[in-house]
Amino acid sequence: MSGQAPSEHSHGSVKSYVIGLILSIVLTIIPFGVVMAGSFELDATLAIIVATAVAQVLVQLILFMHMSTKTDEGWNFNAFVFTVLILVLVIGGSVWIMYHLHLNMMIG
Amino acid sequence: MATDTLTNHAGHAHDGHDHDHHDAAGTKVFGFWIYLMSDLMIFGSLFATYAVLMKGTAGGPSASELFELPFVLVETFLLLFSSFTYGMAVLSMNANNAKAVFNWLLITFLLGAGFVGMEIYEFQHLIHEGFGPDRSAFLSAFFTLVGTHGLHVTFGLIWILVMLIQVKKTGLNDMTRPRIMCLSLFWHFLDIVWICVFSFVYLMGAL
Repeated sequence: MSGQAPSEHSHGSVKSYVIGLILSIVLTIIPFGVVMAGSFELDATLAIIVATAVAQVLVQLILFMHMSTKTDEGWNFNAFVFTVLILVLVIGGSVWIMYHLHLNMMIG
Repeated sequence: MATDTLTNHAGHAHDGHDHDHHDAAGTKVFGFWIYLMSDLMIFGSLFATYAVLMKGTAGGPSASELFELPFVLVETFLLLFSSFTYGMAVLSMNANNAKAVFNWLLITFLLGAGFVGMEIYEFQHLIHEGFGPDRSAFLSAFFTLVGTHGLHVTFGLIWILVMLIQVKKTGLNDMTRPRIMCLSLFWHFLDIVWICVFSFVYLMGAL
């Protein structure tokens, strides 16, 4: 928070933001390029989209939002991990249940 | 972020008065982080809804027939660069340069406004073609998910406007600094949600 503290580490620097920007651009262009070119197998394309999305989310969380296990005694990191756990349950559970429902009802 | 508060204690042990400010600001930013986590749950449930309903096109167009990837790519870059320029605003704040903060916030606002403008154009175009949210379950889920994100960005833009006015009027102080930090988290958070949107809605939809 403090402008007066030498807090380069947790606030980031021009360098860390530029690195974050470049990584984000690369991780955006790769999946768009792969889908637009359409030269990969479906499974490989899906894997590339998921991998680059996860990587870019991590880049932004760490380099732009400065999330780490050290800040706030790890509380914001813990809160994030807990939220991800709930998200996995909610999204994974919904898709799982509805997929089986679709199969059994022969719709969609 | 909030944590600096804790690390600063050691460095500024002699300055009792400052502590309270730092602690209050740190708690504020951490509280905002908790809000963002709950907001993430909203988006999570909307993503789950979209995943369930995306095949329900009711004879209407599917994702691959509707979306134009170059258009989405431009939107993505607008939001990505705005996330970066907001980072520059935070760095300027750390350097106590109120004028630079104002300018970077202004650039961030323009990029964000460009994004919202493109999204409104896309929505208006879809609705005009007869592919509004009432066309199919897929389109209802699409408009709800992407619209909720767009609404968040719009509120972020209003917040940036407010901060522009406050920074202009009162400069950087104990009131405006935590607000700029919270808005920073909000803005980066929206970019993260957009990464999921373009990956799972637009890119996978185009396959």
